[in-house]
Order: sequence, then structure tokens, then C-alpha cells
Amino acid sequence: MMEALHVPTLAEMTQRGEKPDVLFWVGCAGSFDDRAKKITKAFARLLQRSGVSFAVLGAEESCTGDPARRAGNEFLFQMQALANIEVLQAYEVQRIVTTCPHCFNTLKNEYPELGGSFEVFHHTQYLQTLLKEGKLKVEGGAFKGKRIVFHDPCYLGRVNQEYEAPRALLSTLEAELTEMRRCKKQGLCCGAGGAQMFKEPEAGDKDINHERAEEALSTEPAIIATGCPFCNTMMTDGVKHFEKEGSVQVLDIAEAIAQADEL
Amino acid sequence: MIEQVAFLLVLTLGAALFARRIIRLRRGLAMARPSERHDQPSERWKVMARVALGQGKMGGRPVAAFFHVIVYVGFVLINVEVLEILLDGITGQHRILQAPLGGLYTAAINFFEILGVLVILACVVFLLRREFGGINRFNHSDLTGWPRQDAAIILYTEIVLMVALLVMNAAEAALPDGHAPFVVAQAIAPLFAGLSPKALHHVMEGAWWFHFVGILAFLNYLPQSKHFHIILAFPNTWYSKLDARGRIPAMPAVTREIKAMLDPSYVPDSAESPARFGAKDVQDLHFANVLNAYTCTECGRCTSECPANQTGKKLSPRKIMMATRDRVEQVLNEPENTQTLLDGWISREELWACTTCNACVEACPLNIDPLDIIQQIRQYLVMEESAAPASLNTMMNNVENNAAPWAYPQADRGLWTTEN
Ligand code: SF4
Ligand code: SF4
Repeated sequence: MMEALHVPTLAEMTQRGEKPDVLFWVGCAGSFDDRAKKITKAFARLLQRSGVSFAVLGAEESCTGDPARRAGNEFLFQMQALANIEVLQAYEVQRIVTTCPHCFNTLKNEYPELGGSFEVFHHTQYLQTLLKEGKLKVEGGAFKGKRIVFHDPCYLGRVNQEYEAPRALLSTLEAELTEMRRCKKQGLCCGAGGAQMFKEPEAGDKDINHERAEEALSTEPAIIATGCPFCNTMMTDGVKHFEKEGSVQVLDIAEAIAQADEL
Repeated sequence: MIEQVAFLLVLTLGAALFARRIIRLRRGLAMARPSERHDQPSERWKVMARVALGQGKMGGRPVAAFFHVIVYVGFVLINVEVLEILLDGITGQHRILQAPLGGLYTAAINFFEILGVLVILACVVFLLRREFGGINRFNHSDLTGWPRQDAAIILYTEIVLMVALLVMNAAEAALPDGHAPFVVAQAIAPLFAGLSPKALHHVMEGAWWFHFVGILAFLNYLPQSKHFHIILAFPNTWYSKLDARGRIPAMPAVTREIKAMLDPSYVPDSAESPARFGAKDVQDLHFANVLNAYTCTECGRCTSECPANQTGKKLSPRKIMMATRDRVEQVLNEPENTQTLLDGWISREELWACTTCNACVEACPLNIDPLDIIQQIRQYLVMEESAAPASLNTMMNNVENNAAPWAYPQADRGLWTTEN
């Protein structure tokens, strides 16, 4: 068992008269979903180990409104967004990092129009910068010779054109990186986006996550890497559907790197 | 003289009919809300140059891109020859540019002839591919009846027009006193060897008229066809969405309402409220959506990349575009028809199957955005009819009550920091 992480909230830091370099926006999945919480903790450990001064909002964080907006509820989205912007501005937040591409997209692309402009990073981008600056060191040994395939999250890749950071991070693991036929711009959605995560799929021949997991499994990977808590759930379920959970792990990039470092 | 008069009459008729078509198109476009996409003109010209002129988004499918570029270049350049047809027709002369241009003229026509042969070849390849290529997006249920015929008509017409051009030159080359020293014409001239000079003249003139009338007819065919993209690709890409792909534009009326709720002293800068939130029918869409619909070439690249469609769901982004266009046409043809885009042409089942993954937007070679239409109709469903699927209502209730899509208390958001 690992020790609890002692991550300060922005309120606590402010009380101590301190200001973090970056706010870690955890998101709803990262806060509540048991599988996603592991990603949250892995990333927080990497930040701590790299000596980054960061804080979370804790109980002051709230859904960005993304699933409501994409379901069509502009009113609820803006309620969330305007309230969040108020909190963020009250703390004079300038830089935000998040492990969820949906939060990332909304904070980066949709909040400015409502008055909230921040510098927003996806955690793979942030980790890549730490790596470049030499603050984060990755020991690749644990993954040597293992095959890893990366599933592009739509809201990181196609929507925000970030294909490189996750791959650059994975390449530090000294693993054998492989690609699916549908990757990068053509990456197939895991099936969770646009609020699909919260509803049953419409009638069809197949679940989207089964289609995608099948494609990932066809590359015979040891690890399916993702960069999104929702993709993670979808791919994990898909791998289980094909009864491959014994031999294939689904890991967030932050988890893979933390594992490599035995964090 | 009679020929010149006939020529001018046919030309005027063709142009007038086409003008009527364009006026009709403008009525269709005017139905929608006006476009706000007038900003960054220099960037817009660049996108147009890259995507429409430069075929910048065709590269993903190299075989199609290769043959498409032949037809495209062929179409644009060979139409330079139409200029000469016009001049000849008006002045009653024959090959008016041949003498002044000399060697350059021969070179140009040689080039056009070779291109013409390549266009015929490419069209044959396209026809075979459509029929026998086993390509899902062409054998898809979106394309039954008219859209399927339309594709075939276009390809056959292009072949016939090109053949007419080559026959015209060849017949002239076969004449004892002909001035047609062009490669393809010379090569196929022996086919006409048995004909008398008089008959050859007839063939030549017949082919000339056929080509001329054919072009006018084709021009007038375009506006009701998917082939309209050869013209509309340009304005359509000019009106591309330039800001971040993942941004759904905020509704200002909603912002004002919430700001007033949060802060009683807030004074809104405008009291305007849209007649309807989101889109139920084509009149609620914006200009670029309707232009997109008229521009769609029904290639199905969007649908072939759509995760919902690939797993057998009813949703097809191509069908969303075709339905939008058909509904606009329906409003023009039968203004009394009360069908609406939602339910009349696009079902709720299709709309709710979308994952908003943007694969359709990425795939479209013409920068068409089917997701924008889907998103606006979802807004109508939720904001005007409260008609989201029950599970989504639960999700939204949770967001509203406890700030997360699941029923966990907001106060527990930081618990992970103290758990091990
Ligand atoms: S955004 Fe929607 S319609 Fe477009 S490809 Fe994705 S699921 Fe299909
Ligand atoms: S929307 Fe674009 S990709 Fe889809 S069928 Fe029309 S032209 Fe093709």
C-alpha cells in the first residue's frame, strides 16, 4: 500500500500565503471513479517527484459542464462554466493541467469566450515539458521489450491536434511502440465522448469500445496506453469483453511512467 | 450568320437558366440565420486555396486523390477551351486563336487532348470503382435511388463531353484541308478515313455543337447534383470554421440570463433572445450549415470514419448533410409542407448516437461540419423539448445538483488526496 498523497488545496495554499505554479484540475472521473483515481494519483506522484508546486481545488472543483454541453444543455454548461471561471479567477489561476482531455478542451477552448482565459495543458503535454526540462526522469527498464499501443483520445488528438506528446512520453519507456491502423487523425473513438459515457448506446451491430478494443488487441500489445479516464474505462471494458484482461493491461500514460519509476 | 444567332440564343438560354438556379440557391441559403464568419479574411482565402484549390484534404486516400486531381485539373483547364468556343461562336469563325497563337496553340490543344484522354480514363476508373470496387461508402444505404444515379450521370456526361471534343478534332484532322495537327486527333483520325469531306464537316460541327450545348446543360445540371461541389467548394471552404475545432460557440442569450441570475446588478448589453434555442428545422441553422449541405459531394468519407456508423448505428454524417439539403429544397418546392428537419428527415435515434468525436469533420475533403448540425438539433431537443434520453437527464440532474455527472457529493472531490 502506498502512502496517502498530501496534495494541498488552493484554499490551503492561499491561506499560507503561497501560490502554486500550476493548478491540477482533477475532473469528475478523476475525483470519483475508482479506476480513474489511480490515474489521478499516479500523475500527482509524478508532479511531486518532479518538484512541481501544484494544488487542487478539492471541494471547490466542479464539473466543467462538458457532458451537459455536448448533450445539448447549453444552459447547464454555462452555469457550470461561469461559476468555475469565478472560482478560478478569485484564486488568480493562470496555469491549469488536467488528466482529462474533455476538461482540457473545455477549459482551453470554451472558457475564453465566457471570460476565462488560462494556459491549459493536458497532462501528457505537461509531463513532456517536465521531461525536456530534466525535472522528470524516466527509467524505462520495467517496460523493456514490451509492446505498447496508444489509443488517441478524440479530444486530445483530432480535436486539439496533440498526437506527439503522448508518443514522446511512451518512447522514453524503451518499449516497443506500435500503432493501430486507425490512429492519430483517423483514431477511432472509444465510444464515450459526447456524453455517450452516461447512456446506453443506440441499437447497432457492435459496441464502439468492442470495435476499438478488438483493433488494439489485434496489434498483440502487452499494454494499451490511453490519455483519458473515459477511454481507459471503455478500453478496459473492451479488453474484458475479449477476456484478455489477464494478458493485456490498460494504462494511462501517467500510470505507465509512474510504474516505470516504481512510484 | 444563322449559326451565330443560334449560338447566341442557346448561350443566352443556358446562361439565363443557370442564373435562375443561382437565384434559387441564394433563396435556399437565405433561409438560414446569417453567417458570422466574415472575420480573418486573409486566413479564409488561405484555407480556400489549400483545401479547395489545392485539394489539401484529399491525400488520405491516394488512389482516389490521384484520379480526382486528373478530373479536376482536366475540368478546369479544358474549360479554357470553352473560351475559344465562345469566341468562335460569337464571331462565326473557326479556331479563332489558332493563327495568332501559332505553336503555342498547338501545344495547348495537345495538352488538352492528352488531359481529355486521362479524364476519360479516370472517369472509367471511378465508374468501375463505384460499381465493382467493393467500397462500402459507395454501396451504403445512404446512396440509393437518385444519389446513386446522380453519381453515374456525372461520370458518363464527363466521358461523353470529352469524347465529343476529341471527335471534333479528329474529324478535322481527317479532312484533307484540316488544320488539326494534334496528337490524339491524329491518332484517331484514321477511324474517320472512310467519310467524305462533307460528312467530316458535319461530324466536326456536330461534335462542336454537342460539346457546347453539353457544357451548358451540364452547368444547369450542377445545382441539383452533388457535382455542385466543383463550384461551391470555393465559397464553402471560405466559410470554414476557423477557431478551435473543439469549441461549441456560446449562446449569448444564455450567458446574459445566467449573469443576471448570478449578479442582480448585472446590466445586459442586449436583450435579444433567439426565437428558438438550437435547431429544429433548416431555418434555425446558420448559413454555413446550409452552404455545407449544398456543397456535400456525398463521397461518404465522413460516414466511413464515423464510429457510430462503423458499428451499425443508424447515424451517418453524410445522411445528415443530404437530409439538410433535401429539406431546404423541400421548403423551396413546397412551402406549405410542415415537415421539419428533426423527425421529418433526421431521427432522434441518429442524433443521440453521435459521440462528437469529430472524425466526420476531419475526414471531409470540403471542410463540411455535420457535427455542427447534430449539436444544434441536440440543443433544441434538450433546451426546448427537454427530450434527452432518461439516462442523460439523470447525468444532467447530477451535474446541476452535485457538480458531477454521477451522484457523488461535491464535498468529496478531494477525498483521493487522503486515501491510499
Ligand atoms: S462526430 Fe458524430 S457523426 Fe461525426 S464521426 Fe463522430 S460520431 Fe459520427
Ligand atoms: S460531408 Fe464531406 S465527407 Fe461527408 S459525404 Fe459530404 S463531402 Fe463527403
